[in-house]
This record gives sequence, structure tokens and C-alpha cells, in this order.
Amino acid sequence: MNKLSLLGLLGTVIRRDLLLAMRRRSDVLTTLIFFVMVVSLFPLGVGPELDMLRKMAGGIVWVAALLSSMLSLGRMFSADYLDGTLEQMLLAPQSLSVLVLGKILAHWMLAGLPLVLISPVLGLQFDMSPDALLVMVLMLLLGTPILSMIGAIGAALTLGLRGGGVLVSLLVLPLCIPVLIFGTGAIEAVNTGMTIVPHASLLGAMLLVALVFTPWVTAQALRISME
Amino acid sequence: MSINWFKYAAPSNFYHLAGKLIPWFAVPAAILFVVGMYIGFFVAPPDAVQSEAYRIIFIHVPASILSMFIYLIMAGYAALGLIFNTRLSSMMATSLAPTGALFAFISLWTGALWGKPMWGAWWVWDARLTSELILLFLYLGFIALQASIDDPRRADRAGALLAIVGSVNVPIIYFSVKWWNTLHQGSTIKFTGTSMHIAMQQAMFITLAACWLYVVAVSLARVRSIILERERSTQWVSELSEVRS
Repeated sequence: MNKLSLLGLLGTVIRRDLLLAMRRRSDVLTTLIFFVMVVSLFPLGVGPELDMLRKMAGGIVWVAALLSSMLSLGRMFSADYLDGTLEQMLLAPQSLSVLVLGKILAHWMLAGLPLVLISPVLGLQFDMSPDALLVMVLMLLLGTPILSMIGAIGAALTLGLRGGGVLVSLLVLPLCIPVLIFGTGAIEAVNTGMTIVPHASLLGAMLLVALVFTPWVTAQALRISME
Repeated sequence: MSINWFKYAAPSNFYHLAGKLIPWFAVPAAILFVVGMYIGFFVAPPDAVQSEAYRIIFIHVPASILSMFIYLIMAGYAALGLIFNTRLSSMMATSLAPTGALFAFISLWTGALWGKPMWGAWWVWDARLTSELILLFLYLGFIALQASIDDPRRADRAGALLAIVGSVNVPIIYFSVKWWNTLHQGSTIKFTGTSMHIAMQQAMFITLAACWLYVVAVSLARVRSIILERERSTQWVSELSEVRS
């Protein structure tokens, strides 16, 4: 067996997860449809006044993104857990953290990236300005990977537990609140003519910290859950 | 004389030690609480701005401080249990969580009672209130995670990891006042001296000490129950007089 480099390993894991997801496209689409549906429910709930909706748009999109990323967390490890692949990953000579990072990135590409790409269309429904739309996409691009990373810890901890789906939201949502605050803060800032740099910097810093620590923590959580 | 530091790391030894220690924390807690309340309500003068309403701080401040402090202690015990594989540390973490959640709740509740006459609203979305609410959520998540795992060892480890991850959030709570600088008043007690009346300060520190001792007493009592539950099939538990009767 030839030894894979770390990047090669990462690529292999991501390719595998994407391939598996493409064989079952409906899973990816349900998350996306859920996101669109939740966002569309808000105007029906609070009324169609565009002035109010414009102010709320950033927050609504972010909360919906948060909820729909929770929805897909259960799938991150459960299929591999059930068919024994995860056990093989734990036994593999390669670094588990890198394997986990690959799975997290694949999860983001399947559950996070589609939301980011469709969010401008939803923003238009709320009559957001072009500047605000651009900032929202940028912030979602910075923030949604963090949601996948923090979510991975929760998904790993609740692996195979009864009621895992609700439990994982209970564990992960409080930890995601800072992401929500800064993500919507930037949209608020651009609407009031202020700079988005502090929000973007903090979110970027969180992304880097999460990138360093969460794969390792998730790997530890998987070892705890698989004992 | 060499001391065996690890003697009380064994649940069977600690069970008896905890039983002996509880009165030493519970009784002073009760006395200090009465004294603190007396000074707070009868000795301390009304505040210049907030008149009588400020007296909530004798509950609110200790509850807030301890809710954050207990989380760190809990995460510390949980980390010890995870690193050194000591069962008792994990049991201590489990036993602290409900008290921490209780204090977080009291802190929010008393804050709401104070906020209504002072700010004119039961709740404002101030950074510090929100952080305290997140802290309550973190406690509830920890308790829920441990409750849904049947295997106690896995529950210990999973909870420990969650507590350590969550403790990243506690400094954010503390510094949020400086970061966002919103409605909540800044700290009155500073290291460079304080603007508080001396009796107010005394009452607050006495109730803080009382709450602190209460936490120790209650978590010791709770850890005794956890030890009994987890060690129920062992010889030493079946030989306890309180179990046999």
C-alpha cells in the first residue's frame, strides 16, 4: 500500500463523501429546500412590509442557515458508523484529525456551500441592497464552515445515542451564537454605513481557531463514542 | 511523614470524607446567609440612584459570579477526569452541573426582577444577559448529554469534552461588558477601589461566601449519591450502615 500524503488523504476523504452524497442527491436537496422554506416562512409570519423585512433579512437568513446546518449534522458520521467504516477510520494509520477534517469539509460543501450560493436570491426577496447582499454572502462564506466544524463535535459526541438529532442541536446551537452575532453584525454595519472589518476579522479569526482545534476535538469525541 | 494524596481519589474513601465535611460547609453557609441578608436589608443604606431596588445584588451578584465560576470548576474537574482517568473527578463534574444551572437561572431571574423597575423591561438583549443565558444553555446541554448516555464512563468523557469546549465561552461572557459596552452597568468593584458603601460591600461578600459554601455542601451531598449509584454493586457499599438498614 503506498502511503498517502496528508493532502492526498484529505482529498480522498472529501472525494469519497461527495461521491456518496451524489449517489443520493435528495439528502443534499432536502437541506437546501428546508433552508429556503424557513426563510420564506418569516414574511408570512411577521407581515410583508419591506422596510421591516429589509432590516430582518440578515438575521433570518443566518438563523435559517444555523437550523439547516443542524439538520444535516446527523448524517456526518452516522452512515459510516452504521456500516463500520468509521471503525476502520479509527484504526487507520493515518491521522484521524485529517480524516475528520476531510469529512467536515465535505459536509460544508454539501450542506453549507449550497446555502451560501442560494442566499442572494433569498436576500432579493427581502429587498436587500446589493452591498448588503455581498456582505451577507461573504459572511456566510466565512461563517458556515465554522458551523460545520462546531457541529462535527456535537455529531461525534452524540453518535449512536437515542434522540441524537435533537440533542445535537441542544449542544451545538449555544456554541454557534458568537458566529451568528458577528455574521449578522456585519450586515447591520453595512446597512448603517459602518465598516464591516471588525466583524469580518472576528469571524475570520474564529474560522482559523476552529480549523485548528475542532478536527482534533472531534477526533477525540469519536474515540470516546466508539469505545 | 508522607501523605497519601491519592487516598481520597478513591470513591469509597471520599464517600466518608464528604459525609464528614458536609456539615462544616452547610452550617457556616446558613449562618453567613442570615448575617449577609441582615446586613443587606437592615444595615446597608438605600442606594443614591436605585434606592431600595439595588438590594437584589445580594442574591444576583453571588449567583452570577458562581454560575460562571462553577462552570470553570466543572470543566476543570471534567478535564482532570478525562486526562488522568480518575472516576471521582468526573463524578464531581456531574454533581456540580445542576447547581451551576440553578445559579445561572437565579441570576437571570433576579436580573429580570431588577431590570423591570430600573430599565423598564424584564429582559433586554444586552450582551451580558445574553451570555448568561448561553451559559444556562451550556449547562443544560451538558446535563442533557450526560443523561442520554447510558454507559457512565462514556457519559463522563463526552460531558468532559463538551464542558472543555464550552469553557471557551466563559471568558467571552466576562469580557463581553468591555467588548460590546451596552446597557448593563459596568463592574462597580474594581481593583483600584470601589464606589460602593462599605455595608453594601460587606453584605455582598458575605452572601457570596454563603453561596460558595452552599455550593460545596450541595455538590458533596450530590456526589455521595452519585458514588452510591455507580458503586452499588460493590462490597463496601453493601456494608454501609445506611444502605443495610
